[in-house]
Amino acid sequence: MAIITPRPQLTLAERLYLPAIVSGMWLTIRHFFVNLLGLKKKFTLEYPDEKCPPPPGCRGAPTLVRDEDGREKCVACQLCEFVCPPRAIRVTPEALPPGSRHAKIEKRPAAFEINMLRCIYCGFCQEVCPEEAIFLREKTILTGASRRELVHDKQRLLALGGSRPDSVKKWKDK
Amino acid sequence: MADPVSKTSAVERVNLTVDGRAVSVPKGWNLIQAARKAGFHVPHYCYHEKLSVGGNCRMCLVEVGLPRMGPDRKPVLKADGTPEIGWLPRPQIGCATQAGEGMSVRLNSQLVKECRRSVLEFLLINHPLDCPICDQAGECKLQEYAFQYGGGESRFVEEKERKPKKVELGPRVTLDDERCILCTRCVRFCREIARDDVLGIFNRGSHSYISCYPGRKLENNYSLNTVDLCPVGALTSTDFRFKMRVWFLKETSSLCASCARGCNITVGSREGVVHRFKPRCNDAVNSHWMCDEGRLNYKWINDERRLKKPLIRASGSAKWDEALAAARDALVRNRGRVAILASGQCSCEELFLLKKLAETYGAVVKLAPAHEGPGDNLLVETDKTPNMNGVRLMGFEAGREVGAKLSDAMAKGEVAALVAVRECAVAAGVDAGALKKMDAILAIDVLPSPTVEMASVVLPGAAHVEKTGTFINFQRRLQRFHPAFAPPGEARTDLWILGQLPGGDSKPLDYEKVFNRMCGETPAFQALPWEPLTEKGVEVEW
Repeated sequence: MAIITPRPQLTLAERLYLPAIVSGMWLTIRHFFVNLLGLKKKFTLEYPDEKCPPPPGCRGAPTLVRDEDGREKCVACQLCEFVCPPRAIRVTPEALPPGSRHAKIEKRPAAFEINMLRCIYCGFCQEVCPEEAIFLREKTILTGASRRELVHDKQRLLALGGSRPDSVKKWKDK
Repeated sequence: MADPVSKTSAVERVNLTVDGRAVSVPKGWNLIQAARKAGFHVPHYCYHEKLSVGGNCRMCLVEVGLPRMGPDRKPVLKADGTPEIGWLPRPQIGCATQAGEGMSVRLNSQLVKECRRSVLEFLLINHPLDCPICDQAGECKLQEYAFQYGGGESRFVEEKERKPKKVELGPRVTLDDERCILCTRCVRFCREIARDDVLGIFNRGSHSYISCYPGRKLENNYSLNTVDLCPVGALTSTDFRFKMRVWFLKETSSLCASCARGCNITVGSREGVVHRFKPRCNDAVNSHWMCDEGRLNYKWINDERRLKKPLIRASGSAKWDEALAAARDALVRNRGRVAILASGQCSCEELFLLKKLAETYGAVVKLAPAHEGPGDNLLVETDKTPNMNGVRLMGFEAGREVGAKLSDAMAKGEVAALVAVRECAVAAGVDAGALKKMDAILAIDVLPSPTVEMASVVLPGAAHVEKTGTFINFQRRLQRFHPAFAPPGEARTDLWILGQLPGGDSKPLDYEKVFNRMCGETPAFQALPWEPLTEKGVEVEW
């Protein structure tokens, strides 16, 4: 059985539409002046000048870190290269020169490249690293004028990573 | 599993039960072998089937029981008629316990599991746990067994023993004593197989370490086999050290092409670059070993100077179709005045196609120069080419005087075109001036040589790890090798090139078809099986 919904009976004011238009205009004009005079908190950011602070645990660009002594922590085990799903990482290992201060660690990356055009920010490299040498840092916005520029080499990765105190110090007594 | 002994009835056999599985093995086999026959793996470090039993790693501890004997010296039977087993109170090492009649073995009892866990805890006490920088990581038995059978935690809180690291035992082997578990496989290998007794264990207890005897070095031609034998990362190859992690390496079954032995090898390559050769077990040829010389003879494959593009010298063109057409023209033009210089580096199939080519263009001489060098009485042969027997079988004239013969034919004016495959005529002893006067030289090669420099048409070929084919070694064993990756640049396999040269049917040749055609037309290869050839090879007779 059909349900018949009765048409609402509009009052005179409603039928005129004018009060609704006026109240709508009032709302718009109020917001215009509140924003113009800065009376209320803004929710938008002036993007290129202002940036959104990354939330805790944000996975940004992978970087290489040094310990508090300035030692590159990476020993070129190539596990990150192995685990990287989009194969963005390429490590070329080499033996540490005999005279080096850290010669007992024996091995380091001669070259370490992360292709940021391939990186999917999954964080597997950070998770797999046995040396705690690779960290996804907050930097999420990467721009470059060429593809080559977005392949981060070792120097770039170390500069982005900065230093991070080593809690384990596994090589101290080796 | 193949059990070659079982076919001879003369060998006495014993029956035993391994983890409830009945198995019959020849008398004298140990429990690791018996368990393998029953389909079980007993973890072990020091035991190796080709070396004497060391019995020092204690990893292969198993529980052993014998039928309980009654007062009448007959086995006591249980209610169901099976003999009652009297289990020995202590576990036994599988490698030094011979399989006995009626014996029962437990591989997975609580006691055995406890033993393995404890042994691993002991082995790891002084281990530096430096897997991230250890070359063995990924193929390390200590890693594997610690995952499979280990407890995962150590209760050892004392200082770890410090031992020498990065010790150069010889020109090709570097030792890290801290990683060593003192299984003595390397010591026994040098003593028993290489017959160069240079390694030993020094000091006592946890201070023990492996080293060379004073004034001696591990520099024999088989020293790198100790690296393969080392179950941990203590002995590392100085050449391979820190080059590439093993889990990136693609492993391809191939053959060593450095001498007529044709050692079976596994090629470890990544993205078209060879990183190492490792021996592959074939008892009929090389057992588990190979010489250092052959093992390190891979660098030329990665060489920068590899020929990557075809070339017509006169026009400078580098297009395959034009180069092949020029080569065919030269052969047609000089029909009946062609000389073929083949190589012991060519596979049987390539030699077969070369023979066909020689028939098509009426070759005057078919030669292959010999390459000889010092041999030894373990593996290294004096003939330094992998397929000289194939060369002879395919009707080529092989020997040291090949250069002189070719010079003669050239001097008489019988030869106007030379096809040189993987061989340099100048190196074989032909005068470069005389070569220059030839109408055409077609060179199929991988690296530049004086002949390639002079060739009117250069056709870049493939190294043996880049193609498939067969070699006949000095024992007349036909063995197959497989391609690990494609030839570099525009280089093609020699088989493809030789298939294109006769003209007419220019369809790319299928390897299997060439092989079958070769078998059909070569009496020695009649009814040769295609399938079983893959792994261990077959002996051919002629």
